[in-house]
Amino acid sequence: MIALLKRDLALSVRAGGGFGLALAFFLIVVTLTPFAVGPNSATLSTIAAGILWLGALLSCLLSLDRILALDYEDGALELLATAPIPMEGVATIKALAHWLTTGLPLTLAAPAFGVLLNLPPEGFLWLTISLAIGTPALSVVGTFGAALTVGLKRGGLLLSLIVLPLYVPTLIFGAEVARRGAEGMAFETPLALLAGITLATVALLPFASAAAIRINLR
Amino acid sequence: MSERLPRPTSLWEYANPRRFMAFSGFLLPFVAAGTVAALVIGLVWGFFFTPDDYRQGSTVKIIYIHVPSAMVAINAWLMMLVASLIWLIRRHHVSALAAKAAAPVGATMTLIALATGAIWGQPMWGTWWAWDPRLTSFLVLFLFYLGYMALWAAIENDDTAAELTSVLCIVGSVFAVLSRYALVFWNQGLHQGASLSLDKEENVSDVFYWPLLLCLAGFVGFFVLLILVRTRTEVRARRMRALQARERMT
Repeated sequence: MIALLKRDLALSVRAGGGFGLALAFFLIVVTLTPFAVGPNSATLSTIAAGILWLGALLSCLLSLDRILALDYEDGALELLATAPIPMEGVATIKALAHWLTTGLPLTLAAPAFGVLLNLPPEGFLWLTISLAIGTPALSVVGTFGAALTVGLKRGGLLLSLIVLPLYVPTLIFGAEVARRGAEGMAFETPLALLAGITLATVALLPFASAAAIRINLR
Repeated sequence: MSERLPRPTSLWEYANPRRFMAFSGFLLPFVAAGTVAALVIGLVWGFFFTPDDYRQGSTVKIIYIHVPSAMVAINAWLMMLVASLIWLIRRHHVSALAAKAAAPVGATMTLIALATGAIWGQPMWGTWWAWDPRLTSFLVLFLFYLGYMALWAAIENDDTAAELTSVLCIVGSVFAVLSRYALVFWNQGLHQGASLSLDKEENVSDVFYWPLLLCLAGFVGFFVLLILVRTRTEVRARRMRALQARERMT
């Protein structure tokens, strides 16, 4: 499993340009926001936390179809299916590799982008923490969506349509933590719920993803 | 097709496509008659023979479409969940086809509920749309229906499509419930609470209650009718494809 993780990480960093693309997209979303709502810094600072969460979510979406599609095309996924590790393990590792190459960089970059959007100073810590806790759920849910659509020729748009409604709870609680943190309100409840959703998806969804991969390989 | 089938000994025998076709064909006219009767009586009674509400005036009458369509919209997803589970566990093709048939009906009912709600909300709340948890969760439910239908449409192999959509339906159900509670947490609402429960003191008044019940029965009957017709169409379409494939072979 460690070998698979290393391979996936190396592939996404070296080939295909998937790594960094999400970050660039995030930067563009953040840059375009003031053009759309106006440069007024008071307005920006009230919506900064939400925009950063939405931007992170969309950037995450961008690279989802790469999780499994390449391995499906060149047959590596079939080899993995016959490998001694269970398919659930493969799905978990794929999600982890995706998080390490998109979710983690997005989390680390978010405070810097927060400066651009005039995020209140109290908000930085809780924005980073909420993203760190919430983005693993995005990767795991995304892996599930990728597993459903891996057999399709042009599954990219369909993947977004399927995955985005599943992102609703994570987005609500994540943005709520960041917003309340920025405004200095109590944020323990949404934080706990956000963590709960992440843990539950990490624990359960790989089974669904593995089932979907097996169906697609049949 | 014409020879008689032995009497069924278990409910599961209706999963046999031939038996399903025979039984649903027998059932169709009765369901259709009941539906038409309930809808006509319920709607006419509701629209013309109930008094106007003293605060809402005659706009209250939209309740006869709004509440039943909303109820069917939610229960259609529930039915899809049950049908998906049956398909995954017992592999009855009719079950998968029934789930497929239910999705567009459910999506349409969701749209009707949203549209009638907006029309009702405009004079009552002074706005077409509010980010109320009930309204928003219906919008999210509509998105779930869209994703489900798009997945069905995208996959060419019927069995793969049935399997994958079943998995999506189960996962989607969990997330739909999660979203519902997340939305309640997220925003307080304008929409009133439940007022049709069997076990509550405060319900809508009796004048509106009985025609509403008839309309509910009519909408449920309408849903069952549509599902039967659509599932029969799917079964027939599949038979056609099988016949065409056989002709190409010879």
